[in-house]
Amino acid sequence: MLVPSPWRADFPAIATLQRQDQTYLDNAATTQKPQALLDAISHYYANGAANVHRAQHLPGAHATQAFEDSRSKVAQWLNAGDSGQIVFTHGATSALNLLAYGLEHLFNAGDEIAISALEHHANLLPWQQLAKRRALTLVVLPLGDDGVIDLHAAAELIGPRTRLLAVSQLSNVLGAWQPLEVLLAMARTHGALTVVDGAQGIVHGRHDVQALGCDFYVFSSHKLYGPDGVGVLFSRNEALHHLRHWQFGGEMVQQADYHSASFRPAPLGFEAGTPPIASVIGLGASLDYLSSLDQHAVVAHEAALHDYLLRGLKARNGVHVLGSPQVALVSFVVEGVHNADLAHLLTEQGIAVRAGHHCAMPLLKAMNLSGAIRVSLALYNDSDDLERFFEALDQALDMLR
Amino acid sequence: MSLPVDAAAALEAFQAVGSWEQRARMLMQWGERLPVLADDEKVDANLVQGCESLVWLVGRLHDGHWQFAASSEARLIRGLVALLLARVNGLSAAQLQAVDLPEWFNQLGLSRQLSPSRSNGLNAVLQRMQDLCGRGLAPDGVGSATN
Repeated sequence: MLVPSPWRADFPAIATLQRQDQTYLDNAATTQKPQALLDAISHYYANGAANVHRAQHLPGAHATQAFEDSRSKVAQWLNAGDSGQIVFTHGATSALNLLAYGLEHLFNAGDEIAISALEHHANLLPWQQLAKRRALTLVVLPLGDDGVIDLHAAAELIGPRTRLLAVSQLSNVLGAWQPLEVLLAMARTHGALTVVDGAQGIVHGRHDVQALGCDFYVFSSHKLYGPDGVGVLFSRNEALHHLRHWQFGGEMVQQADYHSASFRPAPLGFEAGTPPIASVIGLGASLDYLSSLDQHAVVAHEAALHDYLLRGLKARNGVHVLGSPQVALVSFVVEGVHNADLAHLLTEQGIAVRAGHHCAMPLLKAMNLSGAIRVSLALYNDSDDLERFFEALDQALDMLR
Repeated sequence: MSLPVDAAAALEAFQAVGSWEQRARMLMQWGERLPVLADDEKVDANLVQGCESLVWLVGRLHDGHWQFAASSEARLIRGLVALLLARVNGLSAAQLQAVDLPEWFNQLGLSRQLSPSRSNGLNAVLQRMQDLCGRGLAPDGVGSATN
């Protein structure tokens, strides 16, 4: 094999899927889970579940300890240090909605929010709807042909009316790193708050929120080999005080009367209701597992695999790759072939890839495409997976052309 | 109730299929047999929402019998729609109500195309057909309910 994965056996589902003749290449949607995570969740439920931050009893103390340990692990993963707070939400989408409601009071009619043309719906719709509620202008930063936000255009569009900039770190369709350093500096110059959607970026390489200098960084656990139902919102201390409480109930309250209440500060004040305790503990286990890997080896493996994928696609007649993907995934269309037909025939052959608009409808529309096929990689994929994909692709194209 | 002639032919052909390649090829062949939809019927009002590809569906009652016509830009969904129309065209409103369409696709060995996670649009097409029948009207107002 040209590119083997030394971590494949750590993910039991991969072997199961293989027995079902399924090749999983839809990792940008969600990832398979390491054994360490399965063990942690099983251990938690087998040894006594309890609610967190409420009870004085021993199971409650254990659960709270494990839950808060996960918070520290997330902070370490992001190198947050004591620069900010980690809030657990129910997903990245939920974290972005928290921001769009929690910051709403800062906006006045005519203010501008800047996003980019490649945003996932999760980092588009909360701001679009906020703009509608407050009569704001949503400014969309255009892309260059390479799928990277056009910095010249951005310099024109980010200005004194910009109150907030919300951009993806890595596009879930185009696989291109975005020039965050420059964009965030532009926003800071004008005193705008900055939000980074790290849902895809967090999975590839390590990122340091202090070095990034963003006010808010958002990601979801399930794309980072963790359980679903958990999102993370990092908030820099200096920006935290802007955030108003959003959802109410549970242990987020300090004092409650019938007609008034006071609320806790972050993080607990933003974690209304019972949080997804087992999933948060599971995320901690996934991060422990990921921390134990040779990070350079992981990055090198992903780069080799991506190169293999990109070369293979470009070698095939009529295949058009979207943008200039750098890592993690490649989206493509084939001349004269409808992506729905191709998706159908790949599915028939046990290739799990994503077809369609990838939750970025405006981007696909702007590219005049009704959809595209996306192959997305994880650290457990190997070149055999890609060979199976290429064989199936050739077979499908043979039938369709 | 006996099967319409086209449906009987489809059933025989698809039940004889051995491999996924054969099934896919046959689906595409059925799609090619679907009569072309006039351009003035390929309008937003006839578009089925919820498909990966554009699918248009129109239905009319002629003398108490349903006649559907459809089109899609994708070949496999066109085939699936052709198999659907083979089963329902010419039926009376009462007969159509009695047809178990998921079971029809099951008999053809295509039940997976109706699983809830499929966004290919067959589910959406069935839903649209039901809506049209419920109204007893074509979406462009042509045709009328018999009861």
